[in-house]
Amino acid sequence: MVLAFIAGFIIMSIELLGGRILAPYFGSSIYVWGSVITVFMLSLSVGYLTGGKLSLHNPNLVTYGTFFGGAAVLLIPLILWANPIMETLFLQIEDPRYGSLVVSMILFFIPTAILGMIAPYSVRLLVQSTHSSGHVAGKLYFISTLGSALGTLATSFYLVLWFEVNQILITMFITLVAAGCAAILTGK
Amino acid sequence: MVSDLFAQNGVRYIHQERSLYRNIVVTEDSNRRCMRFTITSRIGQNQSCRFLKNAQELVFPYAKMTLSSLLVQDNPERILIVGLGGGTLPDTYSSLFPEAEIIISEIDEAVFRVARDYFGFRETAKIKVDIGDARVYIKRAGLRGEKFDLVILDAFNGEYIPEHLMTAEFLEEVKMLLPDDGMVIANTFSTSRLNAAESNTYQSVFGEFFNIRMSGTGNRVIVASMQPLPDRNTLDERAPEFKRKLTPFGMDVTRFPQYMSRDVNWDTSQRILTDQYSPANLINN
Repeated sequence: MVLAFIAGFIIMSIELLGGRILAPYFGSSIYVWGSVITVFMLSLSVGYLTGGKLSLHNPNLVTYGTFFGGAAVLLIPLILWANPIMETLFLQIEDPRYGSLVVSMILFFIPTAILGMIAPYSVRLLVQSTHSSGHVAGKLYFISTLGSALGTLATSFYLVLWFEVNQILITMFITLVAAGCAAILTGK
Repeated sequence: MVSDLFAQNGVRYIHQERSLYRNIVVTEDSNRRCMRFTITSRIGQNQSCRFLKNAQELVFPYAKMTLSSLLVQDNPERILIVGLGGGTLPDTYSSLFPEAEIIISEIDEAVFRVARDYFGFRETAKIKVDIGDARVYIKRAGLRGEKFDLVILDAFNGEYIPEHLMTAEFLEEVKMLLPDDGMVIANTFSTSRLNAAESNTYQSVFGEFFNIRMSGTGNRVIVASMQPLPDRNTLDERAPEFKRKLTPFGMDVTRFPQYMSRDVNWDTSQRILTDQYSPANLINN
């Protein structure tokens, strides 16, 4: 449950930082936000489908933990190479609408999709019987969406005031690695 | 609330529209017509006003403070203005320098239309509006090797200046557009809590700059030059030759050198604003 909360928190936090990351290269016109939100919705939906599918084959905490680790690893390009990637695409693509869409896909799609796999997989791990499955799913979505709400609030109200963008991303990286390790160790 | 204004001093409500970014309201009283942005329920400040009886006379002190920068660098041939508003600055510079090429970068197409329909702003062979984000425009102009003798930063989104137009990296991109005798002018606020952070950011990119402040206005105007700043005596010496030129705009430029301060009177320990760290709106509230 805690892990689902963390995933929810981090997903929204990245989404909020997304616009801020893109602004120096693509501005903050409405379509830049549109691109960020589109990519997040798309990647979450792919993540949900994939996570659900993966939960069919031997659902266990170790695999669950690797989702967190995988997402962390896929945050690295965002932390280290965001500027060179955006610079290259800025030069290649004249239209800032498509430029921002392509950049969002490159920077955010995979890590967010992996984070999206967590929710359905969590449901499978927690469900004990068909009877209580709806209830479990409900509790899980409650916790993870609460995480999302707090992630949105904390990031936009406080984190950007106290820290640099990369500092926030690095903290997320560390949190995801820690969460992944916790899951793997518990599973073993 | 706009209806409160209705009840006060005979202000008429001429036009209102909601653009992609904000509400734009045009009001008029017996004296002047004004454009205002409001994106919150607080009463927004006026962005741009024109006197009804004399469209040329500048209404806002910040516009006069901007013009006083001619004492630092005169005769710009190519001007970039970020933020259109009602078109006051483009029109003023155009009448002073009819041969100058003026490009205005404005993100909101609705502002352009309102300026055109309600404030008599016109594009001409010399005056062009580029609709889009100024950061993107300036980046691309820099890549194309374009130069502007004068860059005026006057962007405002209803709450404050957009955060990605306040950072050190942005100012470096602006600096790339300036030739050896180029000048950049920024209209910001003297009362904002961001004042020190902004000042430090400008100083980190441009070194010493003029901080123009006057009583009776919450604006302050930053004037940064690629050349060393002229001293007070030089400004006083230059002022009389500009006095006649600038009087039609409602200002006595000989009074301005006293407001053009080089003093560092802010907290220099405040962190500069960068693309990684620019929480402008939060610091302000």
